[in-house]
Amino acid sequence: MTEVEAEVAVTPPHDIQHTAHAPHDPHATATGVTNTKLAIWMFLASDCLFFGAFISAYLLYRGRPGGEGPTAAEIYNIPFTSVTSFILLMSSLTMVLALAAIMRGDYRRLRIWLLATALFGSVFIGGQVFEFTEFYREGLTLSSNLSGSTFFVLTGFHGAHVTIGIIWLLSLWGLATQGKLSVGDSEKVEIAGLYWHFVDVVWIVIFTMVYLIPQ
Amino acid sequence: MTTVTDVLEVPARRVGVLRRPKATTGFWSWFTTVDHKKIAIMYATTALAFFVIGGVEALLLRVQLYGANGTLLTASQYNELFTMHGTTMVFLMGMPLAVAFGNYLIPLMIGARDVAFPRLNAFGYWGFLMGGIFLYSSFLLGGSAPNGGWFGYTPLTSTGLDRGFLPGHGPDFWVVGLVMLGIASTTGAINFIVTIINMRAPGMTLMRMPVFVWMMFVVAFLTLFAMPIVTAALIMVYFDRNFATNFFVAANGGEPLLYQHLFWLFGHPEVYILILPGMGIVSEILPVFSRKPLFGYAVVVFSGIAIGFMGWGVWVHHMFATGLGPVAISAFALSTMIIAVPTGVKIFNWLATTWRGALRLTTPMLFALGFIAMFTLGGLSGVLHSIVPADTQQTDTYFVVAHFHYVLFGGLVFGLFGGFYYWFPKLYARKLDERLGKLNFWTIMIGFNLTFFPMHFVGLLGMPRRTYRYDSGLGWEGMNQIETIGSFVIAFSVLIFFVNVFYSKTRGEAVGPDPWDGRTLEWTIPSPPPEYNFEEIPEVESIDDFWHRKYTEDEQGRLVRLPSGGAVAVEERTGDGHGDGHGEGHGEGHGIHMPSPSYFPLVVAIGLPIMGYAAVFQMWWLAAVGALPVLYGSYAWAIEPQTEPET
Repeated sequence: MTEVEAEVAVTPPHDIQHTAHAPHDPHATATGVTNTKLAIWMFLASDCLFFGAFISAYLLYRGRPGGEGPTAAEIYNIPFTSVTSFILLMSSLTMVLALAAIMRGDYRRLRIWLLATALFGSVFIGGQVFEFTEFYREGLTLSSNLSGSTFFVLTGFHGAHVTIGIIWLLSLWGLATQGKLSVGDSEKVEIAGLYWHFVDVVWIVIFTMVYLIPQ
Repeated sequence: MTTVTDVLEVPARRVGVLRRPKATTGFWSWFTTVDHKKIAIMYATTALAFFVIGGVEALLLRVQLYGANGTLLTASQYNELFTMHGTTMVFLMGMPLAVAFGNYLIPLMIGARDVAFPRLNAFGYWGFLMGGIFLYSSFLLGGSAPNGGWFGYTPLTSTGLDRGFLPGHGPDFWVVGLVMLGIASTTGAINFIVTIINMRAPGMTLMRMPVFVWMMFVVAFLTLFAMPIVTAALIMVYFDRNFATNFFVAANGGEPLLYQHLFWLFGHPEVYILILPGMGIVSEILPVFSRKPLFGYAVVVFSGIAIGFMGWGVWVHHMFATGLGPVAISAFALSTMIIAVPTGVKIFNWLATTWRGALRLTTPMLFALGFIAMFTLGGLSGVLHSIVPADTQQTDTYFVVAHFHYVLFGGLVFGLFGGFYYWFPKLYARKLDERLGKLNFWTIMIGFNLTFFPMHFVGLLGMPRRTYRYDSGLGWEGMNQIETIGSFVIAFSVLIFFVNVFYSKTRGEAVGPDPWDGRTLEWTIPSPPPEYNFEEIPEVESIDDFWHRKYTEDEQGRLVRLPSGGAVAVEERTGDGHGDGHGEGHGEGHGIHMPSPSYFPLVVAIGLPIMGYAAVFQMWWLAAVGALPVLYGSYAWAIEPQTEPET
């Protein structure tokens, strides 16, 4: 072992030294990840199982006979849903841009991108409302058959998640317009973003499993 | 010291109509407190109240079954009572009581001043209380209390009110109430996980944490992942009942068994959510009263983790009688056998901990030893269920009732009682009375075995569970009489416990901060602990750090007390050895900025049952009313700083 290597080996990296002095800084945590960020990750992990149960139910029941009226698979408007899905996915991009903006201290772009994200999310929800209405007209309802029950409850709960995300984003946008979000608050945007990306990822899974994979 | 204040620069101000509360003492402070120790006491008090209620329900059931063709209860009353007994003991007693211990002890054991999210912690408690009240309000408002069993099998529960098998709104209350309790316990689990990962004192590495903290860590992950599954299942039941969906409607292709899969995919981890805290408590008590370190600390920890993982792969043993086919059943029979291994490992570790120890048979130690014996019996009758033909015979008989009461009463409840006797001096600087304690232990031990041991036999003789009466001449009467008598012995014993608590709180033997010669950090601070727990955040160097500060070993391996060891330091630091609970008097504790009390956890929680009633009775305007406090509380919560700046 050369002398340089030995020195590297005995000197802990800076961040580890910092952690060792953690108690003197009330913000420091044992891992270096803030409490709030860790908590949102835990919540999202939990939420995976929630959606997992509904997706499992959908897949289990897919293509089963029984009930009346069309199944969801028979009346999907894939091009339409693809467009709204694309818009929802693009909202993840604007979310990232919002975070990048607040980290740079560019508050004007922060407001623009937050609003854009909420807007894209609202377009998606609008599309879902339109889709649900169409399906009801064509005879697919919560109670018409298994396909309706599993489809509406699964996508409905996803829609509720998106709606909560939109309210969250608009609240942040409201704070930003009052000048109450500064660089130091970038984690607030980041956490809303984690939630938002999660909701998008869940939609990718739902869109693939529920809409795209043929019976 | 940089505090949160410097960064936030938010002037003290009102949020909406509520001024930030300041009081940390007095009656009203309990409604706004964010102190994990006070919240723990609230959890424990409420859970013990539900323990009594659930116990009274059990006594009624036992009186009904005392002789053949009992007439005390009607069939539907019996259904309500056994459903609420199970639901209460699992969700309103077992889980919250374990959370109470976790709340009080986790920060103290890892050297933290509070949990990671003090207000979320308070919300967890209020949500639990509201959920409990909501469930019990069904007796008055629902036309019927929940009456489909604590597992609420479909299609019994999921068939709508108009076509229903079950009278009244009972199942609606049950479904919505459990979702509410699930929300509360999920927030609690997130809080515990983040606290344990992030708030450990320097040197408190994961493998130096007390086993109790480890077990609560595993429990928190189990809760985190099990609750959403049952929530989804309950939502499906709710939609089937109220919106005529087809999830469990066999006529339209739905499969009632899906519910059983989802429920037990939650339900089996739930069993470990209930038992692991007991295992953790026992792992703390045994070393202290054996004056030996826990035998095989790492193995005990990894066994707990192994149980946590394997607990997800055994759920079908609750469903062996449903005809899933030989492959599935064989696989789950095997996994059920295998999960007994880490459990067995723990039992041997506990036994080895006491081996050649200098045993002190105090009440906590008696409960811990009782735990090992009774839990082992429960484990043995449990592993029998992996033998599928035997299980098929025993399914839905009293044999199963005997088994899980040995695990949950002989296990969890014995552990919790041991924990009460062990940590009571930390809360009140007084010991629970030892003579009453020993009476408590022996009566509960006798009563418990009188009640539940004969259930093995009547179960094997074919007595079904959940039957509200039975004919004479089946050979069940004698043993049912013994069981009923035993249940009243248990009730007497629990009464002794409460007498002991009320007596000892003011008149028990006064003790210092470390009455048992403890090994873990909570014994280094005054009793009761000051609001900020630790004046100085401790630096931890080993497992059982406090012990090693007090004792060393000589060349023959005998214990030698260090002349300037930790205990002496404790006496000095805490003055009179009792602490005054405030810390100001010592000139210490200044500059420690604790999170401020808050109304908003309670405000948000109040909205939950209102929305719950809206869901049960489908009064959507009421849902909007309930959403108001939730929204207002959430926004105000988000805007107010966790710690109000000092003015």
